Amino acid sequence: MTTQTQTISGARTGVLSALFAIALGLGIITLTGHVQAAALHDAAHDVRHATGFPCH
Amino acid sequence: MTRHTTSATQPASPATEIMFSRILTSALFAGAAAGLIAALLQLAFVQPVLLHAELYESGELVHFGAEAVSAHPELPGMFSELTRDALSVIFTMLTYTGYALVLVALMSVAEGQGHKVDGRTGVLWGIAGFVAFHLAPGFTLAPEVPGVAAADVYARQVWWFATVAAAAVAMWLIAFGGNIISYVIAAALLLAPHMIGAPEPDVFTGPVPTEIGALFAARAFGIGLVAWVLVGAFAGYFWQKEASHAEATA
Repeated sequence: MTTQTQTISGARTGVLSALFAIALGLGIITLTGHVQAAALHDAAHDVRHATGFPCH
Repeated sequence: MTRHTTSATQPASPATEIMFSRILTSALFAGAAAGLIAALLQLAFVQPVLLHAELYESGELVHFGAEAVSAHPELPGMFSELTRDALSVIFTMLTYTGYALVLVALMSVAEGQGHKVDGRTGVLWGIAGFVAFHLAPGFTLAPEVPGVAAADVYARQVWWFATVAAAAVAMWLIAFGGNIISYVIAAALLLAPHMIGAPEPDVFTGPVPTEIGALFAARAFGIGLVAWVLVGAFAGYFWQKEASHAEATA
């Protein structure tokens, strides 16, 4: 079955892709939710409060 | 199939490209859709509470002052501050896209281990994500209304990230561990951050009435759960859809 071969060949590359996607996702969350630079903080202020991030 | 041996640089393996673009596409759709709904719900239900609290934060209203204060002041309506609300929509969509990237990446790993991932199981993924990213840190560091007293922001962020990481591992162990030892480890990981304790302020200086703070936390949690269930369901759905697409074009 094609899905079977895909799963086996994709196992190693899949982990690499997953790790990179997780790094990218955490990067975005850090940027929108946690970086304290004034411009970012002010723009994301309401979101940070409403999402339950530590804001200021 | 012909291989391009003339290429100067080693091309990325097609399997990696397909896998990564499948994660990216599913996460972008799921995150943007769930984020947009979350943003609109926040504007409707959380923003009025936040604006109300800011009247106390700025000192315009004073709790326990000389005169009793009405619990229903004039608040600016929804979308009265377009730039501010537009920024909130953009940042909520971005935040949920970030969540979706992490979620779909882990879904791909689970599927690689033989677990079924679709829109229905995505709901469970969403609930697990809500526990990891909202409920676990918020259980001790409750969603803060503007104006509350809090400890140093960097200390709280460190605690936040550590708690989210511990809870995320715990949810994975509960879902896929399958034996008593992993459940015990999961319970310890969920409890430990709260036994250790989060950075708390030395004194309470918050001028905002407790009624507003409680409503704010309840609504932040409520919308967090709705948005996470949606992002999980959407992520599972698009992940499956992209699978059939990838197979069709392979």
